[in-house]
Amino acid sequence: MSINIALAGNPNSGKTTVFNEITGSKQHVGNWPGVTVDKKEGTYKKDRDVKVLDLPGTYSLSPYSAEEIIARDFIVNEKPDVVINIVDGTSIERNLYLTLQIIETQIPLVIAINMMDEVEAKGDTIDFNKLSEILGVLVVPIVARKAKGLNHLMEAAIETARNKKKPNNVQVFDKNIDSALLKVEQLLEDKSPDERRWKAIKLIEGDEVITNGLSDDTIKQVNIIVKEAEKEADGDTEAKIADLRYKYISKILKGIVKKSEKGHVSNKSDKLDKILTNRFLALPIFAMIMYLLFAATFSENFLLIKGLPSPGIWLAGLVEEGWGALTGGIESILSNAGASDWILSLVIDGVMEGIGAVAGFLPLVLVLFLLLSFLEDSGYMARVAFVMDRLFRHLGLSGKSFIPLLMGFGCSVPALMASRTLESDKDRKITMMITPFMSCGAKLPIYAMFAATLFAGSNKTIIVFSIYMLGLVIAIISALLLNKFAFKGETSNFIMELPQYRIPTGKSILIHGWDKVKGFAIKAGTIIFVSTVLIWLLSNFNFTGMVDMEDSFLASIGNAIKFIFAPLGFADWRASVGVVTGWIAKENIVATFGQLFGGIGDEATIEAISSGAQALPEIRDVFTQVSAYSYMAFNLLCMPCFAAVGAMKREMVSWKWTLKAISFQMVVAYIVALIINTLGNLIF
Amino acid sequence: MTLEDLKPGQEGTVISVGEKGPARRRIMDMGVTPGATIKVIKVAPLGDPIEVNIRGYELSLRKEEAKQIQVQ
Repeated sequence: MSINIALAGNPNSGKTTVFNEITGSKQHVGNWPGVTVDKKEGTYKKDRDVKVLDLPGTYSLSPYSAEEIIARDFIVNEKPDVVINIVDGTSIERNLYLTLQIIETQIPLVIAINMMDEVEAKGDTIDFNKLSEILGVLVVPIVARKAKGLNHLMEAAIETARNKKKPNNVQVFDKNIDSALLKVEQLLEDKSPDERRWKAIKLIEGDEVITNGLSDDTIKQVNIIVKEAEKEADGDTEAKIADLRYKYISKILKGIVKKSEKGHVSNKSDKLDKILTNRFLALPIFAMIMYLLFAATFSENFLLIKGLPSPGIWLAGLVEEGWGALTGGIESILSNAGASDWILSLVIDGVMEGIGAVAGFLPLVLVLFLLLSFLEDSGYMARVAFVMDRLFRHLGLSGKSFIPLLMGFGCSVPALMASRTLESDKDRKITMMITPFMSCGAKLPIYAMFAATLFAGSNKTIIVFSIYMLGLVIAIISALLLNKFAFKGETSNFIMELPQYRIPTGKSILIHGWDKVKGFAIKAGTIIFVSTVLIWLLSNFNFTGMVDMEDSFLASIGNAIKFIFAPLGFADWRASVGVVTGWIAKENIVATFGQLFGGIGDEATIEAISSGAQALPEIRDVFTQVSAYSYMAFNLLCMPCFAAVGAMKREMVSWKWTLKAISFQMVVAYIVALIINTLGNLIF
Repeated sequence: MTLEDLKPGQEGTVISVGEKGPARRRIMDMGVTPGATIKVIKVAPLGDPIEVNIRGYELSLRKEEAKQIQVQ
């Protein structure tokens, strides 16, 4: 007989560690339908008939966040055979608040009290038997990080599931609320008394989600009952119920938790926090950690040592080299076998280039996410939000938006994926829409080419720097506008736990990093691969067969659409083609210009132009200083490369939103370039 | 007096928590309910938000939200 287990618990309660330990490598990460919340499923490593599902971490089962709605809908509608509630023993009072709400559903339940090592280190004791007796559920002490107590926990869970043992109907509420509950229950038509009871509690709490499906008449009567109860309680029932739950917890814990007589001793975590969020040290330390995060992923001179690649760049180099060797091998095999030009080009420039485009990002994603999960699991990520909140609040964003935006200067792909750490859907979407405005490393060669050719002299640096600043300013303006118009009314709050600092386990960091790499390769990979091959096709063919880029479909498209760019100052088919090839990778614009303007095919020359060491004088036929600046701004702001679009699609989990984001970026790019060109021509 | 008026190191007892709505529900879900002892630990380096200790753990909230919490 198969058994379905759901893990529920507060964020930071060690739920994911428990999940990783009991499923081992047998797990699958997906998405809950329609939302950006991970859905983790797996099987118990010691019994494949036992399925385990990791519910999103929540503090409550209220109807206000996607996570809470998912967790409660799953418990109430899918009815797992047993719920394992992971409780952080070091803040048991707050953790039991969720427990009480799970008990209200009367689903078979087992409680795992985690972090018992820390509880013991403090000198506190918890009477598990007494807690078990009062709540009518098995209670198992565990230390998830050390995999202690997990066998017991699973035995208890399987036993509870087999016996279908329900928790006690604990007396949480007072007379007033109880009588209101009874009255509401009588109005409901659900067959099971447990369901009627649960629904009644939610209705009295003023839960609007639960009223779906009730007749207007019932809702009216419920409202009358609630009004009466509120008169009696001298306050609203939602607050009253939350209050009664906490009162009940305080009452039962008196006989269960014995605090150490030493009182509150400040532990290592408290001491660490005194330094990390100290008034004066917090910002310098924060800046240093952020620098390390960025440098370890993207820097070519890591720790300011010239020529020392960061782990991210080093790995990316290895992948690139390996891929180059493989491509070269395939190329020589194919030409030896006498393959025709177009097959050779399809395989080398289309397929291999397409897969290579995906593979090239994997090391960056891996390194960044190993580091991010270290920050997340250690508890520092919550402090990032704490330290940066004030700065970002005015943009309507979370302090955690800082990380994706900073990473955006390296590469939009891992940066967009880093937006996953933001809790609010609104913050996440806005952050993703503006992250590509941070000028990434691949856009620098475009600026270098124009600077060397059209802005020679001392103002070169100023021109490039001003483009970076332009991206930043446009990002800020965009965030303000999106908040005001596209997401109006969605307020975010900042009521957040600052968890204890803990040393993360290597296992959970590795699992998280691997999940991200796999997710990107599969979900974003397809989009990147298909679009790269498509652009290859367009730039190498016309109706007669394989041709040079000058005669390709893409050139015709460039000619057809160049009029759109006339108001921006670059109505030239080659400039239009550059925009399109830039979507494969922004630095491609240089190679495209080299070929189309100068007939340059060799890589060394292209590289010299990319680094600004050599000019490409032929572009002066088309570009003035003003229109070059307009072109740089347009390519900075318009749709990012396909890899970034793939990452965006993966994180937004919605084509609709991805298209909205792209459209937004295109419109912003057009308007900004238009303003630059118009004003520029007036002034210069 | 509201929670915003407390200085780091000072503690008080929660009397009531603001207006009905998602923010209040969240605050109460996190354990800030009438009768609970709440202690201000520190203020963020940029002056806002603040960190408090409630029911044995650390919670951060903005001054704007702290203003909604009556304490004594």
